[in-house]
Amino acid sequence: MTPGEPLIRWDWIVRNLDVIGQRVGEHLVLTGLAVGIGFVISFVLSIWIARKPRLYALVTWITGILYTIPSLALFALLIPVTGLSLLTAEIGLVGYTLLILIRNIVGGIRSVPADVREAAIGMGYTERQLLWRVELPLALSVIIAGVRVATVTTIGLTTVTALIGQGGLGYFILEGIQRFFSTPLIVGATLSVLLAVLVDAALVLLQRQLTPWARATS
Amino acid sequence: MADRSPGHDALLTTGGRGATVELRDVSKQFGPAVKGTAGAVNNLSIEVPPGEICVLVGPSGCGKTTTLKMVNRLVEPTSGQVLIDGQDVQRIEVTALRRRIGYVIQQTGLFPHQTIGRNVATVPRLLGWPEERIRARVDELLRLIGLEPERVRDRYPSQLSGGERQRVGVARAMAAEPPVMLMDEPFGAVDPIVRERLQNEFLRLHRRLGTTVLLVTHDIDEAIKMGTRVAVMQQGGHLAQYAPPAELLTHPASEFVADFVGADRGLKRLSLMTVDDVELGRAATARLGEPVGAARARAGTASWILLLDADGRPEGWLSVGQLREDREITSELADPSSPIFTHETTLREAISRLLATAVQTGVVVDENGRYEGTLSLETVGAALRASAAESTNGAAVPSGAEPATERAQ
Amino acid sequence: MGFLGQVGAWLSNPSRWQGVDGIPNRVGEHLFLSGLAVGIAILIALPLGVLLGHTGRGGFAAINVANMGRALPSMALLAFALPLAFSLGLGLGFWPTLLAMIPLAVPPILTNSFVAVREVDRDVLEAARGMGFREWHVLSEVELPLAAPLIIVGVRNAAVAVVATATLGALVAGGGLGRYIIDGLALQEYERLVVGAILVALLAVAVELAFGIVERLAVSTGARADSAQRDAPETASPR
Repeated sequence: MTPGEPLIRWDWIVRNLDVIGQRVGEHLVLTGLAVGIGFVISFVLSIWIARKPRLYALVTWITGILYTIPSLALFALLIPVTGLSLLTAEIGLVGYTLLILIRNIVGGIRSVPADVREAAIGMGYTERQLLWRVELPLALSVIIAGVRVATVTTIGLTTVTALIGQGGLGYFILEGIQRFFSTPLIVGATLSVLLAVLVDAALVLLQRQLTPWARATS
Repeated sequence: MADRSPGHDALLTTGGRGATVELRDVSKQFGPAVKGTAGAVNNLSIEVPPGEICVLVGPSGCGKTTTLKMVNRLVEPTSGQVLIDGQDVQRIEVTALRRRIGYVIQQTGLFPHQTIGRNVATVPRLLGWPEERIRARVDELLRLIGLEPERVRDRYPSQLSGGERQRVGVARAMAAEPPVMLMDEPFGAVDPIVRERLQNEFLRLHRRLGTTVLLVTHDIDEAIKMGTRVAVMQQGGHLAQYAPPAELLTHPASEFVADFVGADRGLKRLSLMTVDDVELGRAATARLGEPVGAARARAGTASWILLLDADGRPEGWLSVGQLREDREITSELADPSSPIFTHETTLREAISRLLATAVQTGVVVDENGRYEGTLSLETVGAALRASAAESTNGAAVPSGAEPATERAQ
Repeated sequence: MGFLGQVGAWLSNPSRWQGVDGIPNRVGEHLFLSGLAVGIAILIALPLGVLLGHTGRGGFAAINVANMGRALPSMALLAFALPLAFSLGLGLGFWPTLLAMIPLAVPPILTNSFVAVREVDRDVLEAARGMGFREWHVLSEVELPLAAPLIIVGVRNAAVAVVATATLGALVAGGGLGRYIIDGLALQEYERLVVGAILVALLAVAVELAFGIVERLAVSTGARADSAQRDAPETASPR
């Protein structure tokens, strides 16, 4: 950002391709881990509270407050306890996935039409069969929509984890700010947006594969 | 209904026999002892013999759906017993019970994420039938309800019309050959024309299967058409009358029932009577190609002659005044506007078609379409008067009962 | 002395409460910057969203802008804003942070005001026009009051996102509460770090709650009952 310096220096990009690849990999691992763990927690919790409105209200209230806390503040609060570690990063990132995932899993289960539930019970489905064979498959598109939002959000938040030394594309942004050098800044920002768009598109494709009935209209 | 190859009948009749369903002093209260809440049922006793269609009918909130759901224990009675073939349903494991009872609901409840084939296979799958048997059964059922298996098997419910979905709902309920079927407003969500067709199809199907059916409706016409027995229920879950439809119309047990079946119950009776129940008239007939003179001689004083083709099927009416002596009789001369009835045509349908076509006389044909006799408005009118006379003689209704203004929904 | 004690000691030092690096000044900077960003965003997004919603046009674009806003990480916005501010000769600190926050605040306000106005019951509008309302009155007396709850939710989401992102401004030498976190990290001074974090968290939650109260006060009972039937409005993404 020194005057006369071009906004992007392509030679820097070419020279650093391997590091860029490494940072993209780190970014994906941090995101995947967060969404994966977040999903498992949310899934178990959601099935437990889906039919308990009060408990559901409590859980969404708590995760809602967590969701409001700025990421940098959350990481900062964790540092005295868990240090500048992967654990700190993941606690924060997982925490942010919970609200969206729980809301969508529970919402998906609840959105199963009453007549479909009634027919299933009337034909002799057990509670477990109802959940696994009817409710969850029908909730799938809403659940995946939640995973999409959670993933895109997490990819954005993962840029912040560079501040606590956990790599990812945020590293380039920090480097750019610290060295006053716009190329890594733009590379890091562009790639994180690109990554979000690509992963989102991949999840859309996955959803289409998993819910063939949603596409079928006469 | 589509044609079936003869092989299917054997499969169908194996498990298709109906069971006796008996409700003994069944009550259901919702909430702590609140009497008269919507859906409550009060000391209801009904026995449905095997193979009959018992229609539960009444205004909304009369407890008819609650009653139905107590049979497959979607609702547990507060007191009383429900017995299927003498066995208390409380003693049967609930999922096992439900898998033995077909269940059809108004919104169909088809699984949107499963293909039609998979939907129909639901209960056989739950029961662990072998794949081969399930596949055969699914195709058989689809054919039975008039859908080509090849066309619909792999489609999703959203790709079918409303009427087709209703049919699939019925097929799914029949899949495991249940001895009892519960139907909650099964034809309520489709337009009147489709409803009529589905009703007729179901009646035909039921004659073949002999399943015991409990059907809930708020439509008295549907009750009279579908039921072999009709249970009229009134607010608070009381049974107002339990009788075959004809008896309901001729002898309503209370003012409530009389109001509910409607002031036009004499007319409704006509829907229970068919052409078979009245004496047919005779018309002068002529054959195609016959000389006019011979036909005229046969007509006598009548001004119309019915023209028949070589096989005896009616072609239309010839006006005697317009026949020219020197001509042969051709089919162009015949006026074909007269309605054609079969033995199964209800008198209600006959009268409405006669009025619609603005002719006095319809032609009744046998199953091969050959002329049998004529049916005139006067014939139907006489039947109507006879029915009305019978009704006033036996009815327990105070004369001057108000015409029904309050109808279910 | 436990960690909490250290934090208490840090806080009880009078120098923490005065001067440029004092808590009141940092909170003030944080709120001023956030308020300005949200204010500018409202000026841009609200008229546009309401206009699009009223005419029913451009819905696809409005929704897509919002989704893109979600995909844009705050760090990335800051990264783009820094060279921009520099090339405009605006320097470090305040301006790049402000420039980063406006595109963050516009999408939720734009989408919510668009959706809110468009989703006003068509029958109600027809009734209003049928009684002889001019278009301007349809907008001001029917559409806006009925759309208010959802619009306020949009502003709330924008405000919460902006308050969170203002923290990152410290990375580019901006003021605000982010200073405590960034400096605390750099100096390994955990008391400073944690105090900053708690204050930022409290501020974000307070903004969220304050808007809840605003919504209750500003919205007519009838409109609120109506909004309750709508789907739960989108929450802002964490920043």
